[in-house]
Amino acid sequence: MSIIMDGLSLGAIYALIALGYTMVYGIAKMLNFAHGDIIMVGAYAILTILTVTGNPLLGILVSIVVCTVSGVVIEKFAYKPLRGASPLAVLITAIGVSFFLQSIAQLLFGAKSRPISLPYLGHVTIFGAEISVNTIITLIVGAIIMAMLTLFVKYTRTGRAMQAVSEDRGAAILMGVNVNGIIMITFAIGSALAAFASLFYLMQIPSTSPTLGSMPGIKAFTAAVIGGIGSIPGAMLGGMLLGLVEKICLSIPAISQYTTAIEFSLLILILLVKPIGILGKKRREKV
Amino acid sequence: MALLEVKDLEVCYGVIRAIKGISFEVNKGEIVTLIGANGAGKTTTMQSIMGLIPIKSGFVSYNGIDITKMPGHKIVNLGMTQVLEGRRVFQELTVYDNLLMGAYAVKNKHQIKEDIEKVYERFPILQQRKSQIAGTLSGGEQQMLAIGRAVMIHPELLMLDEPSMGLSPILVDQIFDIIKQLNEEGTTILLVEQNAKKALKVADRAYVLETGNIALSGKASDLLENDDIKKAYLGG
Repeated sequence: MSIIMDGLSLGAIYALIALGYTMVYGIAKMLNFAHGDIIMVGAYAILTILTVTGNPLLGILVSIVVCTVSGVVIEKFAYKPLRGASPLAVLITAIGVSFFLQSIAQLLFGAKSRPISLPYLGHVTIFGAEISVNTIITLIVGAIIMAMLTLFVKYTRTGRAMQAVSEDRGAAILMGVNVNGIIMITFAIGSALAAFASLFYLMQIPSTSPTLGSMPGIKAFTAAVIGGIGSIPGAMLGGMLLGLVEKICLSIPAISQYTTAIEFSLLILILLVKPIGILGKKRREKV
Repeated sequence: MALLEVKDLEVCYGVIRAIKGISFEVNKGEIVTLIGANGAGKTTTMQSIMGLIPIKSGFVSYNGIDITKMPGHKIVNLGMTQVLEGRRVFQELTVYDNLLMGAYAVKNKHQIKEDIEKVYERFPILQQRKSQIAGTLSGGEQQMLAIGRAVMIHPELLMLDEPSMGLSPILVDQIFDIIKQLNEEGTTILLVEQNAKKALKVADRAYVLETGNIALSGKASDLLENDDIKKAYLGG
């Protein structure tokens, strides 16, 4: 029971990050490999505010703002000038941005990892299993955010425009959609989600370093591909699946050492069976 | 003054000059057709006017406003739009959501509701299918949705790229009737067609495009009688 809860809450973290990858891929048609590092940016934002003011709530708020602004600024200065350039150039730029963010963090905060003391919220016992309140918060807030995102994409004017741009940019332009604006909003939403992921991640592992975002970033990217990159429900499903697999593997002593290998093997396996991911949709190239 | 004026338009794909400096105009209230064989540059011309393909040189103006370098979504807000080749409805959205997307630039909710009703009146089949995913519609229904979606912004100039492509003869007639109807209601039309005969019958004026150049132009009724045109495009 507690393993499943832990798995789902880790899954919620991966899902929140994976959503950023998948939405940006769906709408801007690029892989934003700097997305994982936004988590690190969020973590340092929380750390700074905590050290200065000691107020965790303020830290969370500032972290959301900082992440959202960095996402938008990165898009504007690094990716927007490359609109229409070859996908490889954009990919390399994204990797460059990733290094850039890590180096900035190293300059400002040093290369060593630093502990973050978030308030400890205790445990509760559900059906005889001890489950930390952090896990429950992660699960509930994660679920609420994902539900809100789904509703936003489905039922708002901007959400519909996001779907339209993702499916057919040219046709969307002819409806009067400003594609650059929609891409900017997508980066803002994706980065705000990463800020939440960052908070939940710190609630599990309370320390931060300049490379903090790399591993969860790669795992979440894996989750997005497993679920079908470009698909929002796919990212949620992929994230949950990967979180569960990770926690289950870690709980079995015989295979716990191979957890990461098993996770990436899962990716290979799923891609062998279904190359577009579990919920991925085949895009028509031309009518 | 012409509603749409294209002057010395040149469009290149890499080093290939697809459009080699063509000029034409569309006047208010007209139906103008652009006909020509595959690869003549019809779609390229249409899409470059709307800002979807960059223009190498030349000049395009709408209602006297220079739109040569204007981004597509801004051109739409001036009151012209295009039904793209291959219909390009949003396959994963419902019919209703497609129509809502068509009204993206319209702010007045009441107006949108009224306009959707009007589209349903014009195309009753769309009302029956309103909560269906557009990808599940037949080709003819998708074409109706594409046209319905485009008229949601009340365009003064509507450009249609191959609206009859891949449709059965009955549906082709229906689509041409709709084009005539829209024109009678005051919409100026620029029509690209491979079905040259049908296009010339419905149009006021026509331009014949051949490998990036305008080979011929004139009144549609005259071109319909032109021997060269008959041989090349109307099946003898």
